[in-house]
Amino acid sequence: MLVTYIQSINQAMHEEMERDETVMLLGEDVGILGGAFKASEGLLERFGSERVVDTPISETLIVGAGVGLAIQGMRPILEMQFVDFISCGFDQIVNMAATLRYRHGGQTSCPIVIRGPCGAGVHGGLYHSQNPEAWFTHVPGLKVVVPATAYDAKGLLKAAIRDDDPVIYLEHKFLYRRIKEEIPADDYIVPIGKAALRKEGRDVSVITYGSPVHAVMKAARDMASEIDIEVIDLRTLHPLDWKTIRESVKKTGKALIIHEARLTGGIGGEIAARIAEELFEVLDGPVMRLASKDTHNAFAGPMEEYIIPNQEKVTEAIRKIAAY
Amino acid sequence: MTEQKERELYFWLRLIREFEDRISTLDKQGKIQGGVYSGKGQEAVVVGVCHELRPDDWIFPLHRDLGAFLVKGADPNRLMAQIFGRRDGFSKGKDSFLHGGDFSNCIFGATSMLGSTLPVAAGTAYKFKIRREDRVAIAFFGEGASSRGDVHEAMNFAGIYKLPVVFLCENNFYAYSTPNELQFAVEDVSDRAVGYGFKGDVCSGNDLHSVMKAARKAIERARAGEGPTFLECKTYRYHGHSEHDRATYRSQEELITWESRDPVERWEVYLQKRKYDIAAIREEVGGKVKKIVDDAVAFAEASPVPEGPEAMEDLYATPITEG
Repeated sequence: MLVTYIQSINQAMHEEMERDETVMLLGEDVGILGGAFKASEGLLERFGSERVVDTPISETLIVGAGVGLAIQGMRPILEMQFVDFISCGFDQIVNMAATLRYRHGGQTSCPIVIRGPCGAGVHGGLYHSQNPEAWFTHVPGLKVVVPATAYDAKGLLKAAIRDDDPVIYLEHKFLYRRIKEEIPADDYIVPIGKAALRKEGRDVSVITYGSPVHAVMKAARDMASEIDIEVIDLRTLHPLDWKTIRESVKKTGKALIIHEARLTGGIGGEIAARIAEELFEVLDGPVMRLASKDTHNAFAGPMEEYIIPNQEKVTEAIRKIAAY
Repeated sequence: MTEQKERELYFWLRLIREFEDRISTLDKQGKIQGGVYSGKGQEAVVVGVCHELRPDDWIFPLHRDLGAFLVKGADPNRLMAQIFGRRDGFSKGKDSFLHGGDFSNCIFGATSMLGSTLPVAAGTAYKFKIRREDRVAIAFFGEGASSRGDVHEAMNFAGIYKLPVVFLCENNFYAYSTPNELQFAVEDVSDRAVGYGFKGDVCSGNDLHSVMKAARKAIERARAGEGPTFLECKTYRYHGHSEHDRATYRSQEELITWESRDPVERWEVYLQKRKYDIAAIREEVGGKVKKIVDDAVAFAEASPVPEGPEAMEDLYATPITEG
């Protein structure tokens, strides 16, 4: 079945709501409109307004009500229309949902999925381009997933819905309709916490996730005659698939971490630190990072290109570490 | 009301008073750590609201509503262990006071972000509604918390869907030190209900009869599918915000004025007027509640202090294992 990234998100919600009547969707314009990007198209018609809820513009309520539904046995999917707006629901995520099980000594779990479009590259400007994953990888009790392919978008969303813990699911809006893939017609999941080895190689380990996966794969193909690149798509940022990273870096001795979220305080720093701590002896060069520059997501075209790790910068970063 | 019911209500008032007084004493003796938020003076609110709830109705108590835990059915022993931060507490020592709810009695544990439970209560009530369950959710909050956005978002949503929820505001006139005139520009904060499309009501929170009457109306309205109520109970806390707060921001005269409207004593006057032998009742109930609290303290003190590595437990339902 040939689908786009966003179609696979739509399918995952359809199939999970069909499979389990406790699954529901809450968010702004998710019902009548079918979502600002049409991710939830058809759900209202199929499942009705009790399970597909057009909420007022109230991110705190969306997340908080999601917790209230979860403790009553429901499995709500909570949409942030743009994931930039997740800051408006921040307290309910980090203090209410993430601590729920912990502060109740394991009496309850919190099966909610908070999903929404992240990412730059579409001239979204300051408030429609953000990549907030590092805010949440810092919080115990949450899981964070970022699919890069249509196959993973569907499989990870299904896994997130079936997971008993709160999962932050970040879907990259640049990928929504730009990638199209054959995916199985049958039910499948992509397990949370497992990275994908996208390409084997001997020279450099490029550890990435989300939108830059595609630039890295293109670089790996284009540079195949000079540098044998190993590409790891993390898919889950919390918990990290440390085993896959370790095995790869042991083999290549070189690690480059690439993400579109900005550099300082990003997950790349955490991965770099851990590689330095545990794999110092096998390294043939410094652990390097390529990420968005430490500024806001500027709107004008040249500024946006300047900020994000585009194809050119990816290629350059790989050459730099390979030459070390 | 039957005599049995009247005596039962008196028992709850006295048990809460005894429990909280004991915690204050233990705090002064340095026997418990962490924040202690006494609800002394506000007992009639939680008794009046909770005593008639069904076991499967949910309550979302605020940080001062220890009494709501007791009336809703929480085991006093475990509640005391919770306050002591012991393994037998609801949080198993991971937090103290009322941050650990008791799910077996449909009691939710709040966070310290005041009013943050209201959206959760709204979500719970939404589930009751779509599953056609005639259950209600009671969301307690203070007049100070009413300034937070969570409260607005929850009420707005609950109004739209006519949810079976009671927003129960304990207006004790001070949010920590901040008086109401610096918190909002209205006399009755429940006036806001009209802006959400449901009913607002005010009652005397120190008068058990008044609370019971108003709470019953609100609960019946919710259960009948007629939507939420913003019920404001005017009351007063005798102690500071927490035990270390000496509450110098208010006058002694004001405190005494409210102490003269004490909810427990008021109920005693009522029982007396009903021609019951109040001296005998007072003694009998006094002995009973003292025994319960003595036992709870003994249980809590005997409960194990958690080991350090237990801090890593209960983070996830599906434990995280890294390769």
